[in-house]
Amino acid sequence: MSVVTVQLGQCGNQVGQELFDVISSDAQDGQRKTYSSVSRERFFRQTSQGDFEARAVLVDMEPKVINHSMNRAAKSGRWRYAEASHFSQKQGSGNNWANGFRVLGPRHRDAVEELVRREVEHCDVLAGFIPMMSVAGGTGSGVGTFVTQCLRDVYPSSFVLNHLTWPYGTGEVIVQNYNSVLTLAHLYQLSDALLVHENDAVHRICSQQLNLKQISFGDLNRVIAHQLAGVLQPALTPDSCGAYSGNPLGELVSALACHPEYKLLSACSIPQMASASIAFSTFSWPALLKHLRQMLIANTKMEEGIDWQVRPPPASAGRTSSLTAGGFNASLANLLILRGKDVYSAETGGFEDPAIYTSWLPPAEALSLWKSPVPFDKYEKSATLVSNSQALLRPLDDMVRKAWNMFASRAYIHQYVKFGISEEDFLDSFTSLEQVISSYAQLQC
Amino acid sequence: MTQSVVVQVGQCGNQVGCRFWDLALREHAHVNKRGLYDEALSSFFRNVDLRKSDGGDCCVGGRIQHLKARAVLIDMEEGVVNGILQGPLREVFDSTQLLTDVSGSGNNWAVGHLTYGSAYREAIVNKLRKAAEHCDCLQCFFLIHSMGGGTGSGLGTRVLSLLEEEFPDVCRIVTAMYPSAEDDVITSPYNSVLAMRELTEHADCVLPVENQSLVDIVNKISVMSHGAKPGSVLRKDSTVTSGQGSLSPTEKPFDAMNNIVANLLLNITSSARFEGSLNMDLNEIAMNLVPFPRLHYLVPSLTPLYTLADVNIPTRRLDQMFSDAFSKDHQLIRADPKRSLYLACALMVRGNVQVSDLRRNIERLRPSLPFVSWNQEGWKTGLCSVPPVGHSHSLLALANNTCVKPTFMELRDRFTKLYRKKAHLHHYLDVDGMEQSIFSESLSSLSELIDEYHQLDATKARLIPDAPRLSIAR
Repeated sequence: MSVVTVQLGQCGNQVGQELFDVISSDAQDGQRKTYSSVSRERFFRQTSQGDFEARAVLVDMEPKVINHSMNRAAKSGRWRYAEASHFSQKQGSGNNWANGFRVLGPRHRDAVEELVRREVEHCDVLAGFIPMMSVAGGTGSGVGTFVTQCLRDVYPSSFVLNHLTWPYGTGEVIVQNYNSVLTLAHLYQLSDALLVHENDAVHRICSQQLNLKQISFGDLNRVIAHQLAGVLQPALTPDSCGAYSGNPLGELVSALACHPEYKLLSACSIPQMASASIAFSTFSWPALLKHLRQMLIANTKMEEGIDWQVRPPPASAGRTSSLTAGGFNASLANLLILRGKDVYSAETGGFEDPAIYTSWLPPAEALSLWKSPVPFDKYEKSATLVSNSQALLRPLDDMVRKAWNMFASRAYIHQYVKFGISEEDFLDSFTSLEQVISSYAQLQC
Repeated sequence: MTQSVVVQVGQCGNQVGCRFWDLALREHAHVNKRGLYDEALSSFFRNVDLRKSDGGDCCVGGRIQHLKARAVLIDMEEGVVNGILQGPLREVFDSTQLLTDVSGSGNNWAVGHLTYGSAYREAIVNKLRKAAEHCDCLQCFFLIHSMGGGTGSGLGTRVLSLLEEEFPDVCRIVTAMYPSAEDDVITSPYNSVLAMRELTEHADCVLPVENQSLVDIVNKISVMSHGAKPGSVLRKDSTVTSGQGSLSPTEKPFDAMNNIVANLLLNITSSARFEGSLNMDLNEIAMNLVPFPRLHYLVPSLTPLYTLADVNIPTRRLDQMFSDAFSKDHQLIRADPKRSLYLACALMVRGNVQVSDLRRNIERLRPSLPFVSWNQEGWKTGLCSVPPVGHSHSLLALANNTCVKPTFMELRDRFTKLYRKKAHLHHYLDVDGMEQSIFSESLSSLSELIDEYHQLDATKARLIPDAPRLSIAR
């Protein structure tokens, strides 16, 4: 089965390119024929000359980033983007969600749908779509939301997993909180699940785990790509009967997004370290999983500086519903993906503890386990956890609070009204996100 | 890739414009070693094959034939434009881009705006359309004019409203040169206030530049370069204040000042011309920096203003550059943004600077900068990988800050002083179509603007609680 990726805007096109790069280098080892061929079939198609072309559609409203990504892909020598798989215009969306969603998206709908249709026709079996975008800018967020809506219309029964990059708390785009609120509120109705990476968290990984001094967007994007590939590369799942799963998106969605009110997924990986240090490190499954479990319940995205004091509240004590309940992060559902040596001996009992889950779902259903004996991306053993938990509650609440404060002064609203998004549209989006916040806050009850 | 058109009006506008073209050519020559007409060049220049009968444009990717500036030059006297046509830049303009008259506007806004504005309306629109037709995706008009003189303020602002009528979807960014208090034009307060109303109503963004600030900066630099300590020798090839290495062989008196403004334009357009890891498109400027439609005055500051010969102290130098951008000495109007209120701020960085450098400096500087309660994180950033010639990096900060208020209030005071005595009023009222109501309306437009800034300033001292959130039925 194959996945069609739709890369949208500057961020989506940069992260997408890094993702395909990680996947293609991870899959090229000749020793693991089945793994490689499943991975390639999932993300690439082979041309008659034997070259690998990404199953991707590149969309941006300006040409610079797409050209750059296509050149970098071609230079890798391992894979490339198909010549006619991209759509770009000359002038960007100007950080305006309304411009992307109301004007540019509809204007270029036919062209983009045609590219997607051609890519879908190349798939023997379509597993679903991964639209990749940021929520802050105008093209990724606005056009991206519109394109997701089109995918929903045209392929109503396919899985759609959006990969979203959340902006730094400060400093990228001033209207980012407006754009984020509008994007998230709309995607919540359209997408099966939203897998989120926060730039702030990824930046900390780069500086503290990877010890990078000067951090570029390329560094951030490589960390994101590594984690994403850790999720999306082939693995043996409970449903796949000893073979690599043929339905990665479907199984991911059914493992994690069991309730329409809860669609926000976050990912973390262990180990993550500077590649020079890997050779000098040994890993054991018990240690990796112990750390990963604490990262989950203490809600940190990296090993460095985990708060070991955080414990799940005892079942007897009445749990409090609030944003500040002792730093404990309650989960609705988790997907644990283990890759590498001795993977079948790994003991995952710590993730079956009922205390880390909400009370209304039996832990047996809340945890899913995928395994693959093939070492992933240079690491002899590695684990990736995708979690539907309160991890994103605080950043989401911050985002809505900031946007709402700005909205109370009606600042910048005229820029959106100009492109047909009214104050009522804003209010609708705020309302539906407040609902999401309230639902996640109640997970601990 | 998008294109922009520069419209330079009046003596000051044309002088600044020419410094811009000179420096832009030099910057591209420095980057573009192969002599090919690339996308970066196409944003502000056409490549014309003069052998073709229609003088048609050549495509991007071919060899450079003849570069023509995407510009329209307008002046109501001939001196400056003729000077340009006899100077080293004559090749980049052709006669179809020029519009001149012989008699000037007599430092009278009404003559420029109404008399010439009506007489040349058709001709101006035709030249603008012609320039627009040469672009395949026109993104922005850069209008440059002074506020004090007659042609710049009067006809310049008339051109602005023509642009709005003819090209409503194309962004209009005005670089407006404000006169010093000791301006030799007696009517400059009238001209400035009359022009301000037009700028407030019709521009997307205005970059105010005060003459006095430029004088101060130039003086400071000449002190630096003469009384320099050993080891802090100024580099000769820095573009910011020196014209050396450019096409003009000799420095004219205002060149150093005009160079600073030209550099402002060079930096603001850099992200549209060159690649970077965080693009900042021109249409993102207004989107991020203008929370309310009338409050679109963005105070520019440029760093570094000069380059020291020694370039081996990287991090400290880089952090100093960020600090300088917020100091009083580097603002292009006389104002202290740190003591006023920021509504929003953009940092446009050029050169080898990473996102982590940006973040570190924003975190470092944030505590000392007051931002309006609902925009505590009001930062917009752009990273362009090509630095200006002679520098390793540079920074342009654009601040939407209430510190413009004193400048506007001072202008209003000078206006009122003249207006109370009805001094020189008859010169204006003699002009066909000019009425006294235009004076009073312009004055109240300025007062309203000052008042809007004032109300925002008043929120500064108060602790503003978060707005009560929407409540959800559980």
